[in-house]
Amino acid sequence: MTIPQNLRYTKEHEWISVDGDVVTVGITAFAAEALGDVVFVELPEAGSEVSAGTPCGEIESTKSVSEIYAPVDGEITEVNQAVIDNPESVNSDPYEQGWLFKVRVESMPELMDAAAYTALTQEG
Amino acid sequence: MKTPLHDVHSGLGASFTDFAGWDMPVRYSSDLAEHRAVREASGLFDLSHMGEIELTGPQAADALDYALSGKLSAVAVGRARYSMMCNERGGVVDDLVVYRLGEERYLVVANAGNAAEVSAELVRRAEGFDTIVDDRSAETALIAVQGPTSAAIVGAVSDADLAALKYFASVPTTVGGREVLLARTGYTGEDGFELFVANADAAAVWQVLTEAGEGHGLVPCGLACRDTLRLEAGMPLYGNELSADGSPFAANLGRVVRFDKEGDFVGRAALENQPEPETVLVGLTGGGRRAPRHGYRVLQGDDEVGEITSGALSPTLGHPIAMAYVPVRCSEPGTTLSADIRGRLEPVEVVALPFYQRR
Repeated sequence: MTIPQNLRYTKEHEWISVDGDVVTVGITAFAAEALGDVVFVELPEAGSEVSAGTPCGEIESTKSVSEIYAPVDGEITEVNQAVIDNPESVNSDPYEQGWLFKVRVESMPELMDAAAYTALTQEG
Repeated sequence: MKTPLHDVHSGLGASFTDFAGWDMPVRYSSDLAEHRAVREASGLFDLSHMGEIELTGPQAADALDYALSGKLSAVAVGRARYSMMCNERGGVVDDLVVYRLGEERYLVVANAGNAAEVSAELVRRAEGFDTIVDDRSAETALIAVQGPTSAAIVGAVSDADLAALKYFASVPTTVGGREVLLARTGYTGEDGFELFVANADAAAVWQVLTEAGEGHGLVPCGLACRDTLRLEAGMPLYGNELSADGSPFAANLGRVVRFDKEGDFVGRAALENQPEPETVLVGLTGGGRRAPRHGYRVLQGDDEVGEITSGALSPTLGHPIAMAYVPVRCSEPGTTLSADIRGRLEPVEVVALPFYQRR
């Protein structure tokens, strides 16, 4: 299971990449594999406000559905239309083409680094 | 619990899930790819978690006529029948496939989650009949090959005359030198076979089938695609569409309740006196890609009228499909209802089952 070193992680199995005050959010390969084939992704609208820890979208596989939690407070600046059109990229390329949305943040919350997230995925 | 093929699945890189206490492969690679393989080529399944109970003796047929809803005494040797075990209230204990292996010998195949109860009930219900009930579940593995190329695959490794082996029939044969009971049955809506083998022979038979499947598009398949396949085929799943409190008539399974057979059977009085069901099982289709799922509410206008029993985005059809119990007045195909999909109402239309039928 790939867990890139340069990303931050949440306990909801999302990854965050930071670029100035804009963060890009996706779900991890671990989460994608647990879901199975992703067939539908619903994302917040660009311009909307999201708050950390609250649901802001849905990700659905043939087998199950999960909520997407906003990992940070902020304004959605961009959503990945390509992943809406081709949800399977969440499985095939979760850290690149499978990104979900970008958020402009005012402050960064505490997030896990790759080592801490790796430990989380190895629990139970 | 683990099936005798558990190590084989691990070696194939399967992801596992708990199913009725069994550690079963949920997928090997991709649910959708496995689903598609069964529709277009073939899939190989481990179903060893299911229960196999044999009844033998001069009154095996009479015992089953009493224990189950169907008329198993009328099944010809070598043929099989879909049937049900009901409780005294007319609810469904389990849905079953019953194979007649000989004049005085039957094999009852039960769902994994109900196998122990079915076995115990068969022992109890067979009291007073001249028959022996033998639960073979712990010694028996079950491997399925399902899909349009399944006959070519099974034909390559068995001497059985597949042209003569009809749907819902079985024949003893050998595969790779191992004794198997080869049945033409399944739970996918495709042509297919189920092979009952001794635990000790399961890995060898799996391997022989895997090799025979090369060039025929055979892929190992997990329980995730098994569920979407059976849903497309409109087949009920115990615990979703069927339950101890549910009526077989509401589930459109009146055909497997044989009031015309002689003598009593468990649940007969309750079923005969059951009023016409107020709700019936229907198929629903939706647009978009958000699928109604088990437990979601079904509404007509603002009124809650029923509940989704199973639902998914159909891999074959590309749109959401579901089954639900709704009042008879809402059950006509073409009726527009809505499903409450996590707080948002999505329109759904009542359709005739199955959603998918092989050509």
